[in-house]
Amino acid sequence: MYIYYLCKMEQFSSKLLEDAIQSFQGLPGVGRKTATRMVLHLLKLDKPQVEHFAQSLHKLRLEIQYCTQCHNLSDQPICNICVDQKRDASTICVVEDVRDVMAIENTHQYKGVYHVLGGKISPMDGIGPTDLFIETLTDKVNSGHVKEVILALSTTMEGETTSFYLYKKIQESAITISTIARGISFGDELEYADEVTLGRSILQRTPYENTLAK
Amino acid sequence: MQLDWLHVLNFKNAQEREISFQPGINCLVGPNGKGKTNLLDAIYYLCFTKSFLNTSDTQNIRLDEPFFMLEGRFRKEGNEEHIQVSFKRGQKKQVRRNKKEYEKMADHIGFLPAVMVCPQYSTIVIGGSEERRRWLDTLISQFDPLYLQNLMNYQRVLLQRNSLIKQMVESNRWDEGTLSVYDAQLAKYGQEVYQVRIQFIDEFMPVFNEFYQFITSGAEEVGLKISSQLDQGKNYAALLTENRHKDRALQYTTAGIHKDDLEFTIHRMSIKKFGSQGQQKSFLTALKLAEQHFLKGKLNTSPILMLDDVFDKLDPQRVKQLIKNISSEGFGQVFITDTGSDKLKHLFEELGIQAKFYDI
Repeated sequence: MYIYYLCKMEQFSSKLLEDAIQSFQGLPGVGRKTATRMVLHLLKLDKPQVEHFAQSLHKLRLEIQYCTQCHNLSDQPICNICVDQKRDASTICVVEDVRDVMAIENTHQYKGVYHVLGGKISPMDGIGPTDLFIETLTDKVNSGHVKEVILALSTTMEGETTSFYLYKKIQESAITISTIARGISFGDELEYADEVTLGRSILQRTPYENTLAK
Repeated sequence: MQLDWLHVLNFKNAQEREISFQPGINCLVGPNGKGKTNLLDAIYYLCFTKSFLNTSDTQNIRLDEPFFMLEGRFRKEGNEEHIQVSFKRGQKKQVRRNKKEYEKMADHIGFLPAVMVCPQYSTIVIGGSEERRRWLDTLISQFDPLYLQNLMNYQRVLLQRNSLIKQMVESNRWDEGTLSVYDAQLAKYGQEVYQVRIQFIDEFMPVFNEFYQFITSGAEEVGLKISSQLDQGKNYAALLTENRHKDRALQYTTAGIHKDDLEFTIHRMSIKKFGSQGQQKSFLTALKLAEQHFLKGKLNTSPILMLDDVFDKLDPQRVKQLIKNISSEGFGQVFITDTGSDKLKHLFEELGIQAKFYDI
């Protein structure tokens, strides 16, 4: 009942409370009600616990760095992946943002390094090529240590545009430029696949022996 | 495909109405303002989940009522399909097929094909080029999903390219390199769309001509062709490059398939400029009948044909020919609205054609 009464109020009895709620509000997917619930929950926790929570946020914002080589998030100037000697630095997988690195890492299938663009070209959203980390990629390619660039951008129109832009930038160099395969998802029934994907999968079919376990 | 039964509640001017229809010809007759067209619109709603008049859902609720509901029992390839559309003020429209609600309206559209012929569609003949492109695109998309995909991609790239041009002009940094990335994509999708349009008209023209000749008893020579900046084998990339200067001045993409038009002619004269009202109406009617016939061939089911007030402005000979035409085997179920019940009944009797009349 007390909480309900609080939610109904425009302004809270405590300015501290109001400030905290304001801070949570506006995070992705969080509105005023959820923000209130989160803040009241924090008040129920032990003080050291909240202290730790606040510290971690504080440190995150102040100390996180972008890897100088691939622009991935990192604690050091160069990220764990780029620094790892076991990874193949001559293969670069180009992705839009950090979430894509995590997604690909979780597959445990990729042994090369990454290059995070920081978005995709979309003039409608005011993002042009100069707003992305494209020059550092072309520098790497021109350095001569790269054998293959894998374009792993989303299959939206903007993703396609960005891939094509990158392709035009680096096609002159004598490296392999590939793109991730697209088509029927693993475990999908054909009849439920959309026609465009299915049509494309037929046109860009692969030799069966490539699908056999090696 | 056919509609066996229709139930309408609080839809437009109708409070409640329940009608059973027959296969073949169904005539809805009555004085002005009784709601004949509204019943056709109800059928259209069940097929396309919206009004053919493009009104908002709220505007279709009967005055002072909170909701409307439409139900239809269709028969398609031997299966009975119960379709229900309901809309309550301030809520989401719901479409159900056999009691199961659709998550996306788009999944239903195309499931029950129908073709509407009505005076409002005269804009296809006499309106601007976008009306003709919309007609063409809607028709092709119904049987060619790849065309629709290419068209949507094209439009997306076009929006991006226009934004880019605007930004480059405003910031005074003209970057031909980035522009050429968009040009290549426009060319790729645009070329596909153009090719399908040309191919479609090639296939469609003979069908259309047959209908027009039948309705007009072979009196006039008609033409139907795509008019595009890509005609005469023009290279798409070259077209875009040539127009860059103009694009820069006007701050949008001035060349491409989004400027295509359809040329409708009678005796090689533009029907929009020189055709009489009766000729324009005959043209539109033939176009729509050909559409029905064409879709039937592509979809393997006969779309429901709805004729709203088409006999108005046509001479008696053309009316007779039109009725003969639509009652032939190929047309399946047909709905007709008209104000003159006696005249129409007489005509059907004279031609010896079975038709069921409903007084609205």
